[in-house]
Amino acid sequence: MVDVMSFTDEQCQFDAIIEAEEKIEPRDWMPEKYRLNLVRQMSQHAHSEVVGQLPEGNWIGRAPTLRRKAILLAKVQDEAGHGLYLYSAAETLGVSREEMMNDLLIGKAKYASIFNYPTLTWADVGAIGWLVDGAAIVNQISLCRTSYGPYARAMVKICKEESFHMRQGYEIMQVLAEGAAAQKAMAQDALNRWWWPTLMMFGPHDSESANSQQSMKWKIKRQSNDELRQKFVDQTVKQADHLGLAIPDQDLKWNEERGHYDFGPIDWEEFARVVKGGGLCNDARLEARRKANNEGQWVKDALMAYAEKHSRSDVDQVA
Amino acid sequence: MTKNHYRYVLRLGDNALILGQRMTEWCGHSPLLEEDIAMANCALDHVGRARLLLSYAAELEGEGRSEDDLAFVRSDREFENFLLCELPIGDYAFTMARQYLLDTYHYHLFTELVSSSDETLSAIAKKAIKETTYHMDRSRDWVLRLGDGTEESHERMQVALEGMWNYTEELFERDPVDVQMIAEAVGPDPEWLHSKWQADINATIKEATLSVPEKKWSLSGGRNGIHTEAMGHLLSEMQYLQRTYPGLNW
Repeated sequence: MVDVMSFTDEQCQFDAIIEAEEKIEPRDWMPEKYRLNLVRQMSQHAHSEVVGQLPEGNWIGRAPTLRRKAILLAKVQDEAGHGLYLYSAAETLGVSREEMMNDLLIGKAKYASIFNYPTLTWADVGAIGWLVDGAAIVNQISLCRTSYGPYARAMVKICKEESFHMRQGYEIMQVLAEGAAAQKAMAQDALNRWWWPTLMMFGPHDSESANSQQSMKWKIKRQSNDELRQKFVDQTVKQADHLGLAIPDQDLKWNEERGHYDFGPIDWEEFARVVKGGGLCNDARLEARRKANNEGQWVKDALMAYAEKHSRSDVDQVA
Repeated sequence: MTKNHYRYVLRLGDNALILGQRMTEWCGHSPLLEEDIAMANCALDHVGRARLLLSYAAELEGEGRSEDDLAFVRSDREFENFLLCELPIGDYAFTMARQYLLDTYHYHLFTELVSSSDETLSAIAKKAIKETTYHMDRSRDWVLRLGDGTEESHERMQVALEGMWNYTEELFERDPVDVQMIAEAVGPDPEWLHSKWQADINATIKEATLSVPEKKWSLSGGRNGIHTEAMGHLLSEMQYLQRTYPGLNW
């Protein structure tokens, strides 16, 4: 059967779905740029989950109690699960996991730049859960309403687990903040180092963000970088107060008129430097992923060879 | 309660803890994303099992120690795990071959411990056998796939088995601790376990087109606190925080 729908009809139907706040599904027609934009965002998100195993994984072996070790293991396992879930969702857009993974390994695809910072102390595990996962939730709650169905549904599931992750991080910080002087100092130091990189996670200011405008129009992105960042700051200041820890920003103060906290300028030069490869862990993170991929090749080859041999012998048996 | 009863449970806990600690090293570094998830999941079962067993061992000891005291402030001379558990992870063939040998061992052990005269141990075994059945299915699958995969994977799996074979007899040694536990119907006879284990292992190795290695030596000592050099490094990492900041809550 010849597809009688014209390009314009397809575009109109797509626009109508977006306008009506309904979801675009894998088999629906979509503009090529919409598809590519989603592949970029979803694969970047998946890569972030996978690379995100590394900074926290750095402390599984050194977790201070068996309870903490079990919780951290479960959390890092969740992150890998999110990665798998997101790669699968992205595959509905006609791109394979291998292609996406390859783009990561050759440095073409990005992942959340926050993971290029080192986890130096146990408190960093707390700070990542509290701040980094906290920021991810603000972003992802907004993405539960994104226009692409598989992505929106993935976000609903992922948000539930992320909120557990954030609570475990906050609990680590709480125990440290109420603990011995060395522990409190460890918690404050972690907050000092992770605060600004966390604010950078929301991306450049709206006026500077290259991909944002079109994404908002397509309702892939539902709130702007600056709106989400403000939401995160507003909720986190109170949490820091509750912990008795000081946010490292002298300009931070409540603005009665705006109904929000004002905060100091973000160092966008640092952001650009780390995104481009100049963070302490950029090389180590990519190297770890490349090593896992390269050294795992013989394992993947073996699985394929076994599957082929045995599907052949099954056929032989039937014959 | 006797000292032997404490040591019996402690050894089970140490095996779970030290093997679990080794397994976590794959987190984020596995050959496949699915394996990152599966390995973390199995490691979590081992850490969970270690917590139950070490808590119970501490209770049997009756000196007010906790699971964390036993895990984090004992020296390597006080750990009583099998040497096989502490060996470095090696490649994926080594890791999965070790998992399979120990999963099969644990499968038969926990099956017996379900009917232990020690009710707590029996309850722990009832939980552990469910996980272990699944662990063994998985690690057996890996031995088959790598053994009967490519020439390279076959070679690696064979080398892995050869490399750990000298450590397997330790799993079935019988010392006064075991003798007393057998007499009190707390645990099974290691010799009986050995025959069950050997039959399963031989069948799998054959199905995987591999050969059963020849045992040259019997390397043991772990159950009496004589470990490989790898153990001290494992503990240095695992115990780092508790040793650096003694006596704090985390």
